[in-house]
Amino acid sequence: MNYKHLCFFFCLILLSSCKQEVHLNKIEGQQINISDSLEIDQTIEDFVKPYREHVNKNLDSVLAYAVDTYTKSDGDYNTAIGNMMADAVYEQSNPIFKNRTGEDIDFVLLNHGGIRAIISKGNVTTRTAYEVMPFDNSTVVVKLKGTQVKELIDYLVKAKRAHPISKLNIVLDSDGNFKSAGLNGQALDFDKTYNVATNDYLYNGGDRMDFFKTNDSLYILDYKVRNVLIDYFKKIDTLNPVIDNRFIQLKN
Amino acid sequence: MQRRQFLQQTAAASALIGLGGIGLSSFKPATKKITILHTNDVHSHIDAFGPDDGRNPNQGGVARRASLIANIRKENPNTLLLDAGDIFQGTPYFNYYGGELEFKLMSMLKYDVATIGNHDFDNGIDGLYAQLPHAEFDFVSANYDFSNTIMDTHVKPYRILNRDGIKIGIFGLGIQLEGLVEQRMYKETKYLDPTETAQEMTRILKQDEQCDLIICLSHLGYNYRNRPEKISDLKLAETTKDIDLIIGGHTHTFLKKPTVVKNSEGKNMLVNQVGCYGINLGKIDFYFDSDNNKAANGTSIIV
Repeated sequence: MNYKHLCFFFCLILLSSCKQEVHLNKIEGQQINISDSLEIDQTIEDFVKPYREHVNKNLDSVLAYAVDTYTKSDGDYNTAIGNMMADAVYEQSNPIFKNRTGEDIDFVLLNHGGIRAIISKGNVTTRTAYEVMPFDNSTVVVKLKGTQVKELIDYLVKAKRAHPISKLNIVLDSDGNFKSAGLNGQALDFDKTYNVATNDYLYNGGDRMDFFKTNDSLYILDYKVRNVLIDYFKKIDTLNPVIDNRFIQLKN
Repeated sequence: MQRRQFLQQTAAASALIGLGGIGLSSFKPATKKITILHTNDVHSHIDAFGPDDGRNPNQGGVARRASLIANIRKENPNTLLLDAGDIFQGTPYFNYYGGELEFKLMSMLKYDVATIGNHDFDNGIDGLYAQLPHAEFDFVSANYDFSNTIMDTHVKPYRILNRDGIKIGIFGLGIQLEGLVEQRMYKETKYLDPTETAQEMTRILKQDEQCDLIICLSHLGYNYRNRPEKISDLKLAETTKDIDLIIGGHTHTFLKKPTVVKNSEGKNMLVNQVGCYGINLGKIDFYFDSDNNKAANGTSIIV
């Protein structure tokens, strides 16, 4: 140990002895509720105000007019509101898809549970789109082989729910068994490949729609379903969707 | 007897003062108090819930939180304000402004440190990066490796803050993104094992940096009863040492009071989470004593 070492050692002792030792003696924990009894900070309030007004003005801007009130419980195998949503996805997404791939979307499948609110008779606003579709899910197009399309049809036949579809036709016999499925009046060819538009929630296996996972290609359109609705509402003047025969059960 | 002991210590202290030339005031046997305030999963809830809300009528709101925090700071200037992630997503404010307003308000409230939740990737890692100029506070995450992403160097594993001579180390932990967030959103963000990372962090903060207080800002989730193998705040607390407080998020857990957990050394520490949407503010006060003899009595926790 030379002089330098000794000096260093001494300094170390000096430093450590001079660092004031503190000891954690007591901890007190509590939770404070942010209730309306608390004072409002005016600086913050004033800062938020223009943002709030802009958002509200935008949300309440009228995009279209609904001639009736539409709910997802009106209809057995297809509903007016669901038909509107699936048709809107087709109409808004197909030009983007065609532009990118040169192909058309063959049909659309969404989920009944994804319709989160009713559309009330009267003014349709951006807020309406947020209520119907509060989630940020985006549209995707999946290239599905006939075998997976068969699974998709089997799923819908078994589910017996009004999952929104567009361009696709399904007929059940009077016992509720599968009778036929077609596109544009032609029977589905389960040896062919189809371009199916849906949302990324269902693509990722939401509502147990596992058939989407086995696919040839996936096209992410970067187009939120909510924006599809907003753009669709802007485009049309009057919202007047109907229950039709795209998914029906034959009567005796 | 006690008086004699005190006198002896005073004498020793005086001797040291002579040696080190340090002012008398720093040896005053005073209690120091550090207040930690925290939120989690605020999810863009800037306005309070309306009076007609079915679940949380008249609760929350940034303007009210601001006045509460200002009053607490007035009482104790040695206060830190922290957030455990999922700042983004939940109201149209996020859809319209992409998180700008959230970060600006948190800066106005003088948040010190936040960690990153899974929803903070909802506009992609680029969307998060784009809002960073509006955040006048630091982000910490020790188990997200951002080195191959645009966020590289903008997030530190930990921060050390000094308040009233008390050294406070704060590190962040995030949840596994795979299966929760689309990969195209988080891109090349690498997820590292939270327990191993926490052990590394506490080694640095306790042994190397000699922090007096170590806080983990976690977005791992409080507890997964049906998935005991999944890492959670409670599990992390039990399997690590030297962490004094885990501030959690992700599971939107409303606790009646902070949970006292025994760490791997059998020492008591705290795990807390305050629900979501800015409905509550967590407040943990740490009292430090400079009297050496008190240490033998351990730390008393009052919740």
